[in-house]
Amino acid sequence: MSEAARKIRVQCVVNGRAATFETYPMARLLDVLREQAGLTGTKEGCGEGECGACSIEMDGALVNSCLVPALQAEGAKIRTIEGVADDARLHAVQQAFLLHGGAQCGICTPGMILAAVNLLARNPRPSEIEIREGLSGNFCRCTGYTKILASVVEACRDAEKRA
Amino acid sequence: MRSYVPRYEMEAPRDLGAALERMAREPGAWKPFAGGTDLMVLLEAGKLPHRKFVNIWGLPELRGIEVTPTLVTLGALTTYTELRRHEIITREFPLLCQAAAETGSIATQNRGTLGGNIANASPAADSPPALFVYDAELELVSARGARWVPYHGFWSGYKQMDLRSGELIRRIRLLREKSGWKQYYRKVGTRRAQAISKVCFAAAARVDAGRIADVRIALGSVAPTVLRAVETEKTLRGEKLSPAVLHAAQEVLAREIAPIDDMRSTSRYRRDVAQNLLAEFCEALSA
Repeated sequence: MSEAARKIRVQCVVNGRAATFETYPMARLLDVLREQAGLTGTKEGCGEGECGACSIEMDGALVNSCLVPALQAEGAKIRTIEGVADDARLHAVQQAFLLHGGAQCGICTPGMILAAVNLLARNPRPSEIEIREGLSGNFCRCTGYTKILASVVEACRDAEKRA
Repeated sequence: MRSYVPRYEMEAPRDLGAALERMAREPGAWKPFAGGTDLMVLLEAGKLPHRKFVNIWGLPELRGIEVTPTLVTLGALTTYTELRRHEIITREFPLLCQAAAETGSIATQNRGTLGGNIANASPAADSPPALFVYDAELELVSARGARWVPYHGFWSGYKQMDLRSGELIRRIRLLREKSGWKQYYRKVGTRRAQAISKVCFAAAARVDAGRIADVRIALGSVAPTVLRAVETEKTLRGEKLSPAVLHAAQEVLAREIAPIDDMRSTSRYRRDVAQNLLAEFCEALSA
């Protein structure tokens, strides 16, 4: 097949470190992160923006990385699941997922955690309805929603205790 | 099957002028690319027919919400998240705010844009019914100049629109005139988030001494384009609400829409629900 496009150089910051990728402009950011940056914590589920498994933060906003062309990552600050813990210290949401068994097969977990972390950054004391809305773009096919919800509720409580 | 990504070109113009020049130089070849929430889905499915894109995401000329005493002007790249967070939009344009809140998920709302929703021209889009009720106007720009057109009438058929070669949507303008109007929006889908509408209903009316002085009704997912139900509006305008008036309006609505059977719903269900939503709207007016 013919290659109309030339590779471009994309410079961005991934999990606090400057990164440069050479890739096609319409390559999916999801693939660039997994294959070039080796950050395989970000998962591919549906590949069409429905399931949230590929959720990452771009300039502080939650996005589906399967729907972001690499060119648009130029200059962006990106956070993936690998950038959520502070070295060996887990984020309150990660800790709560461990405590409540918020993960079963684990494919949806990185996206769920990113969605929850993003929600708490915007809204440190969400109501249960707000948590449900915050996670509504992330599908779990092990049907573990109850424990996932409990994990995020716990993480909020934990954050309140520390505040 | 997934598209072969190296076949797709994308350029990043430094400003709107450069983007429009690019589109003008090879008429029809270059298409604007905004938040990608529709186009990337087609790419992944191997169904993206255009091969050349101009990245407009981030162009400041297409961003921002401007408010004057009489108008709200939204940059075409205004995201659903920005709509939901804007004080004036949430207060004066609740239908638009609700449509934004019920579109996709948080991640989609962060990337999906109002201009993209219009240009993608899905008959199931959730923001156009609200924009129809607010009598939105669109500013279309090309390298040759700009023009304002009423949104109602912009679409002429399924995915057919009054967008000339080299033109893109720059801004969307709404009149701030709806104080005293009762407003109603309801999206019916399989699930609250992520679901594409089976029926989407937006309406507003001004009731004066028990009579419907003015009314606007628009629906999604019940015709080849999002539809303003002008005949149904005529049936209600000037009338005092009663079961007979509602029944007559429901009959007109059933003839005015043209729903189909598809993977999401059936024609019959959509027609029944559209009529029920009209009843619920009228009930809300009498309350």
